Amino acid sequence: MPKVTIKLFAQYREGRFKVAQKEYKDGTTTKDVIEELGVAEKLPLGVLMVNSRHVDENYVLKEGDTVALFPKVGGG
Amino acid sequence: MADKIYRVNLNDMSYKIEDVPQEWAGLGGRALTSTIVAKEVDPECHPLGPNNKMVFAPGLLSGTTAANSGRNSLGAKSPLTGGIKESNVGGTSAGIFAKLGVKALIIEGIPKDDSTFYHIHVTKEHIEINPVPELVGKDNYAVLDAMMEKYNKKVAVMSIGRPGEMKMLVSNVSVKDPKGKLRSHGRGGLGAVMGSKKIKCITVDAQNYKEVSYADKEKFKEANKIFTKALQENPISGEGLPAFGTNVLVNIINEAGGLPSRNFRSGNSENAEAICGETMAEKIKERGGSTTHGCHAGCVIQCSQTYNDEEGKYLTSGFEYEMIWAFGANLGINDLDQIAKIDALMDDLGLDAIEMGCTLALAVDAKILEYGDGKEAYRLLKDELANGTPIGRILGSGTGTLGKIYGLVRVPVVKNQAIPAYEPRAIKGQGITYVTTPMGADHTAGYAVATNILNSGGYIDPLKKEGQIELSRNLQIASAAVDSTGMCIFVAFPALDDPKCLPALIDMINARFGTNLTADDVTNLGKKILKTEREFNLKAGLTNADDRIPEFMKYEPLPPHNVVWDFTNEEIDSFWNF
Repeated sequence: MPKVTIKLFAQYREGRFKVAQKEYKDGTTTKDVIEELGVAEKLPLGVLMVNSRHVDENYVLKEGDTVALFPKVGGG
Repeated sequence: MADKIYRVNLNDMSYKIEDVPQEWAGLGGRALTSTIVAKEVDPECHPLGPNNKMVFAPGLLSGTTAANSGRNSLGAKSPLTGGIKESNVGGTSAGIFAKLGVKALIIEGIPKDDSTFYHIHVTKEHIEINPVPELVGKDNYAVLDAMMEKYNKKVAVMSIGRPGEMKMLVSNVSVKDPKGKLRSHGRGGLGAVMGSKKIKCITVDAQNYKEVSYADKEKFKEANKIFTKALQENPISGEGLPAFGTNVLVNIINEAGGLPSRNFRSGNSENAEAICGETMAEKIKERGGSTTHGCHAGCVIQCSQTYNDEEGKYLTSGFEYEMIWAFGANLGINDLDQIAKIDALMDDLGLDAIEMGCTLALAVDAKILEYGDGKEAYRLLKDELANGTPIGRILGSGTGTLGKIYGLVRVPVVKNQAIPAYEPRAIKGQGITYVTTPMGADHTAGYAVATNILNSGGYIDPLKKEGQIELSRNLQIASAAVDSTGMCIFVAFPALDDPKCLPALIDMINARFGTNLTADDVTNLGKKILKTEREFNLKAGLTNADDRIPEFMKYEPLPPHNVVWDFTNEEIDSFWNF
């Protein structure tokens, strides 16, 4: 049962949260988290990081992970 | 009517309006400024002496109805880098130059009577050069107000503040934007070049000529529709940038461990949440500002904003990621309002926000101020720098010079230009752009952050070397071409991911000029610009040894990923194999 930190950014925060601690079942993937939160329903997922590294949606959560979810953002 | 080259010779206060030479006909923006500087400026000249020239050129599509086409280029030999410089800006100047038929404005020489400063006024038929002793010692907004009044608001205005008059290397050339605020030709110390020529301001007539010509107006309209749609439908240019501005980047760059903090000591900043785009957008909404504002007419992205204080009174606009990073993360100020006050002051004085923020962050190592002391940073700029006191002059000389004066080793510059808001150790493709671009450390020259961090144009792991040189090369070639069209660099986001975007841009160029350019022609133009600029730098005395990252980044691991800069010299130099 990994305990993880979920961080949301930009429009994904609206009506949700900035940061939350959550506990998931063993074997939960980042895809499951994205679906549970429903963040990608309106704006597609732009960037997914776990522990400050880009990962794909099939990443399996581990104890102490920090998951960061961004819609497409840019600037410069 | 055909466009012309407008040439001012300050040595004898004369001007000429010349036909455009055939070889310059297909050029605009950066392609034209770099071509003219390379042809006419002695690469060995002193950048503040009589043989340097300032070259202004609107982009190929500036002045047209094309969305986001209002960027104006300024080229010269840079007193900061000692190499060629092109710095482009939004505001109103590009469109006004283009509508007047000014293909380029070249300013050469230095006035014999250098006891005062001068005002250059450009109209279709002639150019006036007049002394303006009443504006000497004034900053940008005072100059802007005087010119708005004189011409009943119907002019483009380019000006320098006191730092430019003093030929400080941190000074920029400021340009009026559509709301009467300021944008800047920010980098490379071009305000010092204008100061060396004793030019306080340049105005361009906007009253009498309001149309550009099109070879095929219908085709142009059609292509512009497709192009505009691509900008509006892209999630970055259509959603993220209007909602949060460029400052949306603070959180993602911080999360990726690439946000340079406390003079490049960490890739994370504890201030990120306090200064990020999300926090800024909340404050703007609470205080009745505006999250959307275009830096030039015809912008459909509207990434800029108006930022008010707690009482709802205007504080600043054009409050950008680079500036907020420089003062918030790198100098450690955790108060957005304080950063906004500094931003407004720097607009008025005409200072390069990146160079200035990096210089002040380095000044902490020199024990001149402390991290997070926004009040002292403000005072140093307002009381010391703007008045030209000895410490003000030192800070006004930029990051590299400050480092030399105080014997510092951790000096974040490439070609003496301060490194912008992306850590080269943790975003390696961006590092390749910093070291190889002829401009000195410049993020816009080839924005590899897009593909290293933002998943635009695919994904290349930011911490690994593989693929970075090719990525940076392709982006630099494309950016050089885009910088010649007058287009805002943010068209890169749809261009990287939407196959309809670039062909529509090329169709617009063809429909305006009656040409038959292909995508290959545009790529070849980009390559030619880069090679022209590189050749100028080599003749100016720069070598491959200048295409290097500061040494401390090779031996000092950067948290949180604990990465160093690990490219070999041979790998870096292979950038130029094209």
